[in-house]
Amino acid sequence: MTQPAEIEFDTEGVKKRFAFVNRKAPYGSIYALEILEMVLISAAFEQHAIIAFIDDGVYQIKKGQDARILGMKNFAPTYGVIEMEKEDADEDDDIDMEWRIVVEEESMVARGLTKDDFVLGVEVLPSSELSELLNAQEVVLSA
Amino acid sequence: MLHTVNKSPFERNALDSCLRLAKPGSAILLLEDGVYAALANTAMSDRITARLDDFSFYVLGPDVDTRGLGKMPLIDGITIVNYSEFVDLAAEHSAVQSWL
Repeated sequence: MTQPAEIEFDTEGVKKRFAFVNRKAPYGSIYALEILEMVLISAAFEQHAIIAFIDDGVYQIKKGQDARILGMKNFAPTYGVIEMEKEDADEDDDIDMEWRIVVEEESMVARGLTKDDFVLGVEVLPSSELSELLNAQEVVLSA
Repeated sequence: MLHTVNKSPFERNALDSCLRLAKPGSAILLLEDGVYAALANTAMSDRITARLDDFSFYVLGPDVDTRGLGKMPLIDGITIVNYSEFVDLAAEHSAVQSWL
C-alpha cells in the first residue's frame, strides 16, 4: 500500500460564522456526539460559532447524565469544555473567536426545563430571535 | 437561506421546527420523506398553506415520483423542481440549513 499524500491545510486567515444546530436527544443516535466533535474542531480553527439547542436537542445539555450506565463514554461533561472554550475566547484578546451558546425558549419550556437544568450557562432566546441569529450565519451544520 | 426538510411531517417535527425558526422570506425545499408534506388534502396540508405568504416552497420531483405520488394533487403554490434546479436553489442562497 502506498502512503496517502500528506495534505496541507492553508487555513490562515480563513474565518467564518458557523451555526451548529442540535435537534436530537443524546443517546438514541450518534448525531449529538458528531456535532459536539465538529464544535470542538471549529474551536481548534478559531471559528466563530453559534451553538444552538432546539427541540429534543435541549436534552443534550441536561444535568445529571451518566452514559456509563449504558457502558458508553460519558460525553456530557464535554459540554463543560465548550463553556471553557467560550470563556477563554471571551477573556483573551488574542483569541478572535466569538461563541454564543443558545437554547430556544419554546423547546425548553415545552419540555418542562429551565435554565438551571443545564450543565452549562446558556442564553435562552425566543424562536423569533433565534431565527434572526441563525439566518445571519454563513455555514449551518445541523443534526 | 435555503431550508431543506427530509422527514415526513406525520412522523417527525422537522417541518414544524423549520416553519417556526426559518426567517420569513426564506426558501423551503421538501425532499426525501419530506415530500409527503407537499400533498394536498392531508391532516398536515394546513401547515404549509398557512405559510405560503412567508416562504417560497419547493418539492423535489424525483422524490415525489419515486413514492408513487406523481398523480396525487400537491398543495397549490409549491413549485416542483428537478435535481439541477435543486442545485440552482442551493447556489442562489447564502447558506443551506437542513432539518433532519
